[in-house]
Amino acid sequence: MVTTENIQTQGALEPVCQNNKAVLRLDNVVKRFGTNTVLDHISFDVNKHETVAILGASGSGKSTVMKCINLLEQVSDGQIWLGDLDITDPRVDSNKIRARIGVVFQHFNLFPHMSVLNNVTLAARKVFGWSKGRAEEKAMALLKRIGMDQKAKEYPDRLSGGQQQRVAIVRALMMDPELLLLDEITSALDPLLVGEVLDMVEELKDQGATILMATHEMHFAHSAADRIVLLRNGKVAENGSPEEVMDNSTDPETRAFFRSFRE
Amino acid sequence: MKEKQPAYEVSPVEQERQAFRRRQNLRSVLISIASTFLFAGAIIATLHFAPGWPRVQETYFSPRFFVESFPYVLEGLWLNVRVLGYSLVGTAVFGTLLAVVRISKSPVLFPLRVIAQAYTTIMRGIPMLVVLYIVGFGIPGLEIFAGRIPIEVLGTIAITMSYSAYIAEVLRAGFQDVSPQQRASARSLGLTSGQTVRLIIIPQALRKIAPALMNDFIAMQKDVGLISTLGAIDAVRAAQVRVALTFNFTPYIVASVLFILLSVPFIILNDWYTAKLRKREQSGGMV
Repeated sequence: MVTTENIQTQGALEPVCQNNKAVLRLDNVVKRFGTNTVLDHISFDVNKHETVAILGASGSGKSTVMKCINLLEQVSDGQIWLGDLDITDPRVDSNKIRARIGVVFQHFNLFPHMSVLNNVTLAARKVFGWSKGRAEEKAMALLKRIGMDQKAKEYPDRLSGGQQQRVAIVRALMMDPELLLLDEITSALDPLLVGEVLDMVEELKDQGATILMATHEMHFAHSAADRIVLLRNGKVAENGSPEEVMDNSTDPETRAFFRSFRE
Repeated sequence: MKEKQPAYEVSPVEQERQAFRRRQNLRSVLISIASTFLFAGAIIATLHFAPGWPRVQETYFSPRFFVESFPYVLEGLWLNVRVLGYSLVGTAVFGTLLAVVRISKSPVLFPLRVIAQAYTTIMRGIPMLVVLYIVGFGIPGLEIFAGRIPIEVLGTIAITMSYSAYIAEVLRAGFQDVSPQQRASARSLGLTSGQTVRLIIIPQALRKIAPALMNDFIAMQKDVGLISTLGAIDAVRAAQVRVALTFNFTPYIVASVLFILLSVPFIILNDWYTAKLRKREQSGGMV
């Protein structure tokens, strides 16, 4: 297992994180593409066992936030803390950080040339050096929980979109990540299949997972999220409970954004 | 075609449709049989009535000369097979390197990228025969190496140089065809960049380009016969020698038959593999 110790580097890292409960803390994160500022001093926390939904119009920076946290994009300024480790420090081993964060993408991104079982066990075997037997035992237990153990030997293209996405979630959960990033995981799904995926997210939340999700599913965000972070033009426009942000905000732009939801 | 009596009742409409399809099927089978015979007959007739046919038959398809030249040509073929084997390994390694350089994004590799691009552009433009002449007579001409360089080595270098350029472009297309999201997904799981290429990118790319690679391989197998121009006694040169001795062209046919036989296993392998892939990943439903 990856522990905090072996990720710590020689760099003098000051314990800046005041909130002990925060699993993830974004501190004035800036991301520029050329002269275009996509994220403009974003700050928010995700606490342990908390589900935070990032909402915002297309192009507001939701996906970019996710990519920065997952270190698929380099921040232009600011810091991101995972526990008490600054993951934007170039001296940290980004592969080990990524292994601590589970990510589920919009387009599932299962590996088409591997069976469901191999998809789920890949990280355990190749990153954490588990034996095949140990990895498959755990994977089968997880697949059984979502009723997919019968499909373990199937290839992804034999599954429905909802099944693929649930397998992708299991793949992300396999190594017990400290944080689960869900990047618009229902956007590519048939409306009929959205439910089964959201039910699974709800179940994870009830089990105490720490989840950060970017989503367009307003109703789901309202019912499942503990907190809503609303992005607008690369800034945090609102940060509060679903009721505060979605129902009772006094900000006219926020009200306009949620108008169709409220009606 | 529905030959079996179905276990359930079929409506008159469906019965009529099935009968119609059966008639259509029968008709197409009859037409194809007829056209095959007609075509074969036309060819046979043309050859048979051609005034020079007996002479051509004796010159190209003489059983006596076939049997007589066979051992010589077969012995020569062994050289082709060896050069093919070495070239295959050389092309795989050098072609992959070229492809990886071509798709690399690192600024450090910029000069290499330019060289790789120039190389693939130029090498694909030069006829194989010219490459063989340049390498086969140019490298020994440099007199860097003491003694005679075996033609096997020179031939392998020339074929590797030429075919690496083709293979590199095919590989590059394959690598780039794998969605960048597959890479993102693999990296998110904590796989290193090298693991991602090895476990995720290459396997998917190879599946997509296997038919194209096989095609290049079969072409390479044929072009290996060109090393005879360097003076090596390969299958083609052995046949040439026999022709010069006997004034009968049958040895060329012997060489052709041997080259065809050499390629058949690979063609079958290619068809089998492609069919297997199509069966399993038919929908290709992934992004």
